Amino acid sequence: MLKPTQRLDEGALRALVPGLLAALVRRGEDFAAAEDALQEALLEALRVWPKHPPRDPGAWLATVATRRLVDVRRSDAARRGREERLLEQREPEPADTQPGDDTLFLLFCCCHPDLSPASQVALTLRTVGGLTTPEIADAFYVPEATMAQRISRAKRALRGRRLNQPGDLAVVLRVLYLVYTAGHAGRVDLAAEAIRLARQLALATEEPEARGLLALMLLNHARLPARFDAEGRIVTLDRQDRSLWDTREIAQGVRVLQSALALKRRGRYQFEAAIAALHDDAVNYSETDWQQILAWYDDLVALSDDPVRQDPASMLGRAVAVGHVLGSAAALRETDRLREVLGDRHRWYAVRGYLHELGGDLLAAGAAYAEAARRATNVAERDHLVRQAARARAAELGTVALPRSSR
Amino acid sequence: MPKYLLLKHYRGGPEPYRPVPPMDEWAPEDVEAHMAFQRHVGELLRENGEYVDAQALTPARTWVRYGGPDAAPVTTDGPLPETSDLAAGWYMIDVESHERALELAAYVSSEPGPGGEPLYEWIDVREVMSGAPAHD
Repeated sequence: MLKPTQRLDEGALRALVPGLLAALVRRGEDFAAAEDALQEALLEALRVWPKHPPRDPGAWLATVATRRLVDVRRSDAARRGREERLLEQREPEPADTQPGDDTLFLLFCCCHPDLSPASQVALTLRTVGGLTTPEIADAFYVPEATMAQRISRAKRALRGRRLNQPGDLAVVLRVLYLVYTAGHAGRVDLAAEAIRLARQLALATEEPEARGLLALMLLNHARLPARFDAEGRIVTLDRQDRSLWDTREIAQGVRVLQSALALKRRGRYQFEAAIAALHDDAVNYSETDWQQILAWYDDLVALSDDPVRQDPASMLGRAVAVGHVLGSAAALRETDRLREVLGDRHRWYAVRGYLHELGGDLLAAGAAYAEAARRATNVAERDHLVRQAARARAAELGTVALPRSSR
Repeated sequence: MPKYLLLKHYRGGPEPYRPVPPMDEWAPEDVEAHMAFQRHVGELLRENGEYVDAQALTPARTWVRYGGPDAAPVTTDGPLPETSDLAAGWYMIDVESHERALELAAYVSSEPGPGGEPLYEWIDVREVMSGAPAHD
């Protein structure tokens, strides 16, 4: 309940959206129309509530959204005259569902396999995350009109689709991970938003991979404060100030991961989370348990019949672990196998650079980093790789000492 | 106020005033100084109220054209004459005058290179045509 003196809590307001929308769609309302009506109810709430707080915010929004839907239907009906009789208001179904079911239901709607990934992400953020269109546009650096169009096209694509069968959880997990990796550009922290959604999802389903994804996000997010310096420069894992890591988030991530692993249905997010947990667990870089990390990578790549083709990114990550366990020559041979699949990507060259450096071949490291920099598609990564190249070459020339004393 | 694009190039344009090796062959401290200057330019433009946009482009380039009815787009990535321009990125600025745009471009060009000496890089200054009057 909202007390008159309380300031409007937009987070709490947003949290009401999934349940309300799910209820409207479940009782047979069109997804797009219901979403529009609810957005208008939210705008109305932001306008009215500060002066006239409702007794029951959820009921207030449901009433206003329903009234709006009826209005739209009436004006449509008036336009279409004789169709009026077909558009009588449907009786609401009894609400016997849990809030978690609503979140899951809506995630399945938004992550409908017929939608493009960009549309799935936008619709999820708006409908389940409750973000506004300008906020989502800002986060992805596109004009607001472009994002508005993307969302309305996605909603149109859902029109007429049956939204009552169980969706594909794997798609939902992928969409949430996409939101997470989009990071935090602009005013909205998408990583935090993805964690919030993954938390809801983990509560709504028994599926261990949902918990695995949540754990993976938490265990990576915990390192975020150390990942960039004050000038926005990338700081790699081997040089991060580990006292900046969020130990509470790590502890939470480990707990979530343990609860996932206990269900004994393993999957890629659980494996990736386990690898992240091992990194988080090391007191410093040289204490990293590469043996265990490699073992988890082996499990991860074993999920694919042909990991070189089907999961080259994991194979590349595994190569780094191979470098630390078996040496750089073995690891470079591993990356050779990936050349055909990943050989035009900056990450392949960056890993090669790292492995050459690990093996003490600074000349080759410098060349690989420089090649990686030319192929990078992100300014911070490009700048980082140029620095790595310059540093390796300078060290090779003996003009500066290698700053990595821990090696 | 007119808008200008200050274009930087990977290659093309007038003969370099001061030829330099690629940045990955510079001394690390020179790389740092260069990148710090670029951050500083961005901040300066924002503080001045002259900033519109700044973007960097990857050097990979694909030329594409309509392939004809029922045909796939036709692409090529060369061969192109070595002298062909390859844009590297831009600042878009909103300034009082053409003179101000040149002044800022010259400042961008003063960015430190190897040895901390200015790069004297040629900057391609292009005026952005204004569109129809906006009516919101």
